[in-house]
Amino acid sequence: MYGGGNTFEAQQMGGVENEDPIKLAEFEARIARGEKIEPNDWMPALYRKQLIRMIEQHAHSEIIGALPEGTWITRAPGFKRKLALMAKVQDEVGHAQLLYSAAETLGKPREKMIDDLLSGKSKYSNIFNYPTFTWADSCFISWLVDAGAIVNQLANSKGSYGPYCRALERICAEESFHLKYGHHCVIHMATGTPRQRKMMQEALNRWWGPMMHFFGPPDKASVHTEILVKWKVKMATNDECRQQFLDMYVPKIWELGLNIPDPNLKKNPETGEWEYTEPDWEEFKRVINGDGPCNAERLAVRRVAEERGAWVRKALLKPEAAYTTPLA
Amino acid sequence: MDNLALKELLYKMADDQLILGHRNSEWTGMGPILEEDIAFSSMAQDKVGQSQQLYILLNQLGEAEPDTVAFMRNAEQFHNCQLVELPNGEYDFSLIRHFLFDHAEWLRFEALSNSSYEPLAQLARKYKGEIKYHLIHANTWIKQLGNANEETLARLKQSLHELAPYALGIFEPSPYETQLISEGIFIGEEALKARWIESVNAILAQTALGAFNWSASNAILGGRQGKHSKHLQPLLDEMSEVFKMDPTADW
Repeated sequence: MYGGGNTFEAQQMGGVENEDPIKLAEFEARIARGEKIEPNDWMPALYRKQLIRMIEQHAHSEIIGALPEGTWITRAPGFKRKLALMAKVQDEVGHAQLLYSAAETLGKPREKMIDDLLSGKSKYSNIFNYPTFTWADSCFISWLVDAGAIVNQLANSKGSYGPYCRALERICAEESFHLKYGHHCVIHMATGTPRQRKMMQEALNRWWGPMMHFFGPPDKASVHTEILVKWKVKMATNDECRQQFLDMYVPKIWELGLNIPDPNLKKNPETGEWEYTEPDWEEFKRVINGDGPCNAERLAVRRVAEERGAWVRKALLKPEAAYTTPLA
Repeated sequence: MDNLALKELLYKMADDQLILGHRNSEWTGMGPILEEDIAFSSMAQDKVGQSQQLYILLNQLGEAEPDTVAFMRNAEQFHNCQLVELPNGEYDFSLIRHFLFDHAEWLRFEALSNSSYEPLAQLARKYKGEIKYHLIHANTWIKQLGNANEETLARLKQSLHELAPYALGIFEPSPYETQLISEGIFIGEEALKARWIESVNAILAQTALGAFNWSASNAILGGRQGKHSKHLQPLLDEMSEVFKMDPTADW
């Protein structure tokens, strides 16, 4: 997982008015030539800020996303699922590690990022504010939330910031296994006993709305968006990602005999676009702003983990400890 | 060869691995640093995977399928030592348990590498290589935190005292000790314990904790005969919650 489609942009962010025009032109020329920007290269403040925001949100989504699925590791039915789910969730935590390292190359320490997560200043993918009631919910996440994340991450891996792209390439390679695992689980549920089929259908009913929210609201044209597209920070619009996801996965879901809870969902043969009922964007806003079913619980768990581990981190911080180059 | 002796040995090893692997996996998302989340998850996967292979050996000796054996038994049918079933507690508690158990585990597999029962000897040689890393991990952290500051030292000391009697329970003798030894299957729990004390004390001596006086602790026994703490049954209930909804279903 779990790099979640939508990146919540800052309310107020300066533009490029104060940047050195010559350096800015060189920077933009490099990106236009397809070169990657590396940590020690010159970059505009807005570029740095937006990337930190993006990578940090992605990293937070990985560790918070480990919670709703992680809770099913101890209940996974049978050795095969237990071992696979452990490995999968471990991968996600590993992705967080990789992404925090990538964000650190832009100058924000991991500790500060975690503080901002816990204080609510920095966000994570909204979808993890929903509960996983049954094993089928965890199957849904492993298959379809990961699928959504891959759509988004593949696009972003073609971006301009070297450490983030390299991290995403590694992440996508691992995600493709998650997708296979998740699909396998859902196939077994959807073609299993009546009880299993019912569980799977109910999970799909619960998760379809949050899944449509996953890529974020329809994009609004803004000056920032234009610059971020030019700088290859934003590689695809929210709607493009959502369309791609629907195109790839709706047929696969239908193939399993599951019903997607949207009577208006269909592909328009003329435009080639998927038509659907707009998800409840008011709910989306409410949940982002902290009023979702699990926001408080997710952060509380994270906070407890941080507090309980504080003595370990303190013991590791020795004054003579040298700075080590981050992984990405 | 009498299968009863061999099965008893395999069951207790497999159950130890499964239950501690399960406990280790509970650290996922909860570790003091991300790297520890990842490390405990790796060890969990190794241990659960190793238990599965041992259950497969048991299956070849006529026992039920690994999934059935692991997910359908009650606490009193489990042969793990009580050490592995205790809740994770704080990180110092989990770390000390990991240190004490994995030293025993590594030495057990080292001894079993020469077992006269070749299928087990083969697995043991393979597992020894895997557990070597668990051991390096445990030793690194014990040395680091065992020499860090007053708080870390106090915590480790407390956990060590609490867990010592349980750790000695790893070596609860089997009713088949003499047979296992005479048939060259295993060196026996007494010999293993002697090697273990030497091995853990060699590391503890490099920390401010110092070597531990094991003869002053009384082993908590019973796990090998199905007598468990109150913590095992709830763990098993959770583990089998989905599986037991329909044990014949393909999940």
